[in-house]
Amino acid sequence: MGEMQELSTFWFVTFGAVKVVAVFTVVMAVVAYMTLAERRVSAFIQDRLGPNRVGPFGLLQPIADGIKNIIKEETMPGTAAKFYFVLGPALAIMPAVVTFAVIPFAAPLPTPVGTVDMIVADVPIGILYILALSSLAVYGIVLSGWASNNKYAFLGGLRASAQMISYEVALGLSVIAVLLLAGNVTLTEMVWKQQQLGLWFVFPLSLAFIFFLISALAETNRLPFDMPEAESELITGYHTEYSAMKFSMFFIAEYAHVVTASALMATLFFGGWDIPFWPGDDMFRHEGAWIRGFDESGAPIPTSPSVLITLLTLAAFSAKTGFFLLLYIWIRWTLPRFRYDQVMHLGWKVLLPAALGYIMLIAGTMLVLDQLGVAYGMLYGLVLTAVSGVTTLAFLFFVDRDRVISGAHRKRPGRARVARPAGGPAGRTTSS
Amino acid sequence: MTDILFILFAVVAVGGAIGVVIGRSPVASLLFMVATLASVAGIYVLFEAHFLAAIQVLVYAGAIMVLFLFVIMLLNLGHDYRADFRYGSWSLLSLVVVGLTAGVLMQGFSGDVGADLLENGAAAAAAIDAAVVEKGAVGVIADPLFTDYVVAFELMGLLLLVAIVAAVVLAKPRGSGEG
Repeated sequence: MGEMQELSTFWFVTFGAVKVVAVFTVVMAVVAYMTLAERRVSAFIQDRLGPNRVGPFGLLQPIADGIKNIIKEETMPGTAAKFYFVLGPALAIMPAVVTFAVIPFAAPLPTPVGTVDMIVADVPIGILYILALSSLAVYGIVLSGWASNNKYAFLGGLRASAQMISYEVALGLSVIAVLLLAGNVTLTEMVWKQQQLGLWFVFPLSLAFIFFLISALAETNRLPFDMPEAESELITGYHTEYSAMKFSMFFIAEYAHVVTASALMATLFFGGWDIPFWPGDDMFRHEGAWIRGFDESGAPIPTSPSVLITLLTLAAFSAKTGFFLLLYIWIRWTLPRFRYDQVMHLGWKVLLPAALGYIMLIAGTMLVLDQLGVAYGMLYGLVLTAVSGVTTLAFLFFVDRDRVISGAHRKRPGRARVARPAGGPAGRTTSS
Repeated sequence: MTDILFILFAVVAVGGAIGVVIGRSPVASLLFMVATLASVAGIYVLFEAHFLAAIQVLVYAGAIMVLFLFVIMLLNLGHDYRADFRYGSWSLLSLVVVGLTAGVLMQGFSGDVGADLLENGAAAAAAIDAAVVEKGAVGVIADPLFTDYVVAFELMGLLLLVAIVAAVVLAKPRGSGEG
């Protein structure tokens, strides 16, 4: 009971390979069915039917789309920089498919040869690996925009690079609050810390979750932040000149980013594979044994992995990730697109200072709690929840439409003079 | 296995560095630079310096080089300046710099530093391994940074802030009240 059998190198490599193939396949399948879900959900929101001809409920539509994309003609613009034009989609898809590797998707699975961690690679830097690799995603977009030799594609590429760099800052700062509370950067340990706290981090760190949600939307270039491919302004932005499978690769990359971001939100803020209100699934490696927690005297409570718990936690993780996938689609078909200067304004002048202040607040509260000798547990979490709740309400109050994200004419008198007739009413009239 | 990976990363790093210098266009040079930075990050991982590797990719490849790419594309640099860089006094200067650097490195590693590494390297590595287990991959860097070197760290932050303010002041159009 609780004793741990380590995998031998042979089995470690074998299970590693199996996990790589399995996770890659599942992510790609989810990506394929995200395209169908997006079209069906958008149809539902707009009171249409959506694609329902290919197979029952249109379930074979992604396969038909895939075949179509592969057999379509590839176009190559005559004036494009050919090498970079081909390199662009490849660079775009690479970071998108490897970032899922560090996300734990279920409780450890017991096998006759030892316990297998349900994570492709439990690297010691965890979340930093995701941040580092997703910061490379911008190269694919910028290079394809530039190599297309098309002004719309180029503008899309420039917008993408500016936007992704800007929101990387806010994303990183919102993660710092989680790192403060978790005390480590590996995602396995973050799940464990949430189980120990008895509260998912979305409660004690509610404002960080809001920042993370907004920044993740911007990083994946989804509405309302799809400035790099704003159809009404830039045709389709950086992939205007692409066709067939190269075009499709940008979409696979985008949806893979959405899947990773959803899984990340579930892991960082919603307990990962943790099943709520049930301590029986809590599990962590502690000095060579599996433990479920610590009792009053601080002695570890042993536990042992089981197949049933693995399956249940996998279901919990899938449900949470699925919810965020749906949320992504929901937001896309609900909110209108920002104007470009509003995107930059929100990123640099609202999210950045607010996230910095929030980190100070959380760090200060934690310092006070530690000084008072409050143990890491329910009370600790509830105090932070109260502090965060008040801050979140204050933030939402100040990010009121006409206080912070108002029309540019109120912030830039120089431009307003051009856009508005002389002597026109100052204030709420739109500038266009 | 580790040796094979090290040689692979080393070859890509050096090849990329050469590519930066002899690249046909600024964009090619930049991508070679990214390849070099990524390979160096790979070498860091082989040395189990995971945190440094992540920061290397995150800051250099993911942020600074993207900014370079941004500038190159905005200025739309072509091929017309090539003659300035490739021949003449620049190549002579670069030879001198490379020679001096190589000399200093060889001097260092053949002398006291090299002997010291051979003698105490294993013990130091073991100490770091123990610290990683205790504090985590980030804590090993963060702990000394925010205790022993906190003054230097804050001064660096101040220096960067001054640079940012200076850049904003320089970029601001003259005579306008609001940026």
